[in-house]
Amino acid sequence: MVVIIMILVLLAFLALGMKDERWRPLLKKIMISGALLHNAATIALFFFRQQVAWKDYVSVDDISIIFTALISIIFTMVAIYSTSYLPLRRLSEVNESGMNIYVACMLFFLATMTLAVSTLHIGVLWIAIESTTLASAPLIYYRQNKRSLEAAWKYLLICSVGIALALLGIFFVVASTRGTGANLSLGSLIANARQFNPGLLRLGFILILIGFGTKMGLAPMHNWLPDAHSEAPSPISALLSATLLNCALLGIIRFFQICVAAGLAKFASDLLIIFGLFSLFVAAVFISFQKNYKRLLAYSSVEHMGIIALGMGIGADFASLLHVVGHSLTKALLFLTAGNILLLYKTKLAPDVSGLLRTSRPTGVLFTAGCLAVLGLPPFLPFISEFLILQKGISGGYTMAMVLYLLFLGIIFVSVTKTILPMVRGKQKISVNMKLPATLILPPMILLLIVVFLGIYLPHNVASLVDLAARSISRIFG
Amino acid sequence: MNWILVGIVLTTFVVLGSSRITTRIKAVAIQGGLLSVLQFVARGSLFDIHGALLFGITFFIKTIIIPLLIFRSIRGISMRVDKEPKVSSHSLLLTLGLITTISFLNINTFPLAVGATISSLLIPSALTTVLTGLLILVTKTKATNQIIGFLILENGVFTFGMTIVSEFPTIVEVGVLLDILVGVFIMGIMIYQINRTFDDIDTKSLSLLGDA
Amino acid sequence: MEYNFLCNIFILIVMPPFFVGVINRVKSIIAGRTGPPILQLYHDIFKLIKKNAVYSRSTSCIFRIVPLTSLLIVLCAGMLLPIASPSPISFQGDVILFVYLFALARFLTITAALDTASSFEGMGASREATYGALSEITIFIVLMTLVIIVKSLSLNKMLTHGQNVFVADPSVILLFLAFFFIMLTENSRMPIDDPHTHLELTMIHEVMILDYSGPDLGIILYGASIKLFVFMAFTAMIIFPCSEGPVWAGTGILFLKVLAVSIMTGLVESFTARIKLIRIPQMLIASFVLTLFALLITLFDQRML
Repeated sequence: MVVIIMILVLLAFLALGMKDERWRPLLKKIMISGALLHNAATIALFFFRQQVAWKDYVSVDDISIIFTALISIIFTMVAIYSTSYLPLRRLSEVNESGMNIYVACMLFFLATMTLAVSTLHIGVLWIAIESTTLASAPLIYYRQNKRSLEAAWKYLLICSVGIALALLGIFFVVASTRGTGANLSLGSLIANARQFNPGLLRLGFILILIGFGTKMGLAPMHNWLPDAHSEAPSPISALLSATLLNCALLGIIRFFQICVAAGLAKFASDLLIIFGLFSLFVAAVFISFQKNYKRLLAYSSVEHMGIIALGMGIGADFASLLHVVGHSLTKALLFLTAGNILLLYKTKLAPDVSGLLRTSRPTGVLFTAGCLAVLGLPPFLPFISEFLILQKGISGGYTMAMVLYLLFLGIIFVSVTKTILPMVRGKQKISVNMKLPATLILPPMILLLIVVFLGIYLPHNVASLVDLAARSISRIFG
Repeated sequence: MNWILVGIVLTTFVVLGSSRITTRIKAVAIQGGLLSVLQFVARGSLFDIHGALLFGITFFIKTIIIPLLIFRSIRGISMRVDKEPKVSSHSLLLTLGLITTISFLNINTFPLAVGATISSLLIPSALTTVLTGLLILVTKTKATNQIIGFLILENGVFTFGMTIVSEFPTIVEVGVLLDILVGVFIMGIMIYQINRTFDDIDTKSLSLLGDA
Repeated sequence: MEYNFLCNIFILIVMPPFFVGVINRVKSIIAGRTGPPILQLYHDIFKLIKKNAVYSRSTSCIFRIVPLTSLLIVLCAGMLLPIASPSPISFQGDVILFVYLFALARFLTITAALDTASSFEGMGASREATYGALSEITIFIVLMTLVIIVKSLSLNKMLTHGQNVFVADPSVILLFLAFFFIMLTENSRMPIDDPHTHLELTMIHEVMILDYSGPDLGIILYGASIKLFVFMAFTAMIIFPCSEGPVWAGTGILFLKVLAVSIMTGLVESFTARIKLIRIPQMLIASFVLTLFALLITLFDQRML
């Protein structure tokens, strides 16, 4: 894993140097090869887990494997997609960053995200998550106009401040270990968690939840998220929503594990439930009048992060992790398709888009299916996880939370279908004659197939992996 | 130790109180220097290779590189003195007093067992610095000032970190520093871009995006 | 004891105009001028006293009694201070008397200014009242901090400390800086108010005494120099407390201390520009925050939080 990260960083520097226009084809190859390399590494991870470690700084557990696999799949799809998306979009835009910066930042981004999910050291975890912010800010600013500048500035500043608070939280957690002999690796922290100073640990967890929660898009710290997602190029939105948010989520999960081990499970999960429900509420409100379909998808990410936090909070670890998988795949698919729509109609406003099925049948089908999936309908994967969360919540006695959960989901369902259906169906208002190349259709198609497949039949391997990961969060109560 | 901590808080005051951007950047630089010395002192032992190394790196990044970066990014921007009466400076200063008081009064709620080499003044000073950083971030709209607020916040967090200086591996601390450095670097580039795009570095002009 | 006290009073009466001369001399040296002789203020005062006073028809008796009364009040306040040796007039709480004697003197000056029924002087009076009110908070916090440090409400105890050394403690240095600034404010010195301008719309103190002439003006100048001396002595004693040794040594040390503070004042006045009137409250609030910080540190040191 260390080697892979090193190679990615090297490739990124290499790409940064290739400023000239004639390097374009090579840059694309570098990006794709980075993705493939990462794939290979992820597959290798399944078989040789122990060999990859470098002390605790880079080391994997079951949760890491799930997240790494997600990053790997989605990054590959996004890389393939952006090779043909960017040139097509380029025709209509005047200013934009060079391809070299794009590829370099993509690779940096991949490297830092991989580091974030494959470390068991809380200090390195922080460094990696902060680096993901830094690597992705230039990507958001890819379009070099006023709007993307604003989005990137907000993103950079809000997330940096949030993460600085998370660092403070980490300091508190470390201070709480004083006298127990625990070092900063997760294993030793969990093993010694019983003797930690509970006051400091609580304080630390609150700060970390706020800090990483900012990055993860939990309301009310989500302000940067819709702006960044709507202004970034669509492949980047897909990466942000489907992988970046997960990294921050993982940060929270790590400290949740420590809290659970320290016997503060009740306190930590109550916080998660509150933040989760509030995110659902905010998402429901903002989705209900949203005209910009990329912002709509962004708020949907806020919603799903809320669902995941809620799921963790009520003890449905398995369902939550499954939902992470489902949400990431679906949201990547949706943002990529949204990129296609943007290419076809050149507008981000939903009312201006109509007759998508007539304009481009595959895009229409993908968009409809993706939206249904993200709304939690069978036979897609998010349905299973959302249902499991509901089941666990009711059996666990969280009736009130579950009623709110269903209510918000209902509101979101109605508002999203109200916005989406006129886009997909109806007559073409403007004639669009543009053929989308296969590289723009295939990546989201593959993602859709995975989501449907996992929704209908969850293979034993996958289920047991998620189950193992869920167990490592190791609930003691509930 | 107490002197350094008082110095850190005072530089924070200067940043909030002064009306010149250059003064603020200099104050942040001084604060960075104080912080690196503090780090050295907090380790206790004088002849420690890790301590010396970290001192060098912290000093280099916080006192030399970051201020230079900010100076570079505002080069060519004419408005050295900022007039941004969003919140009057009187209320800002009074809020500062309030913040300081709160930080000192709440000391007992932070059960941070402070080691023998660490002054008990550390926690309130760090808290004051963190809160003032947040105050600057919320009240100032100029992009440069927001960076400075962020740096102050970060310095405050670092001051907190002195309580656990022995537990944190050097490599991690260096990583944290590098992250901040790159962060400021990217923010500096963005300030340049904001100035080029809007002819001003006031982030109030960044208000195009929103929910319909 | 009697002898020491007489010595204190003697210093208090004789020395003050000299230090005003020192400040002016420092300023003129830095400005590259020869400047007036150091003893200029004595000449001025004698010259003024020999003259006759002119009174405006709109003034009442208040206007006439104020100069002398306020001079006496300031002298009383000065007697509370351990100048060359501990003052015999000392009791618990004389700190508060000390501050309010100055406030009383200020009140009288303001009344006299209002008494002239001139809008110009009224303006000065209103400014003086505003800034006085703002700086008073700071003075009290400084005193409160000192009270906490020495655990006594008496000026004697506070400024003798029972020790004869330079006190180097962060909070004390902060107090010193804040009080130095307050000293400049209270005595209408440079960054706040320019003692050398007349008939300018932004002046504060000078405008109030514009209608005085002859002996009255002389008394007011003399009183102002005593006030400056008392404040400078106080400022110096914050970090370098009054000694308890023989009176001649005390006098010598005091002379050096106040001389140092005068030179500092002169330097500050030479190198700073007058701040805008509108920014003065901000500076005062800043010094307030500074002293608040010092107070908090002190409370913290004494484990009272």
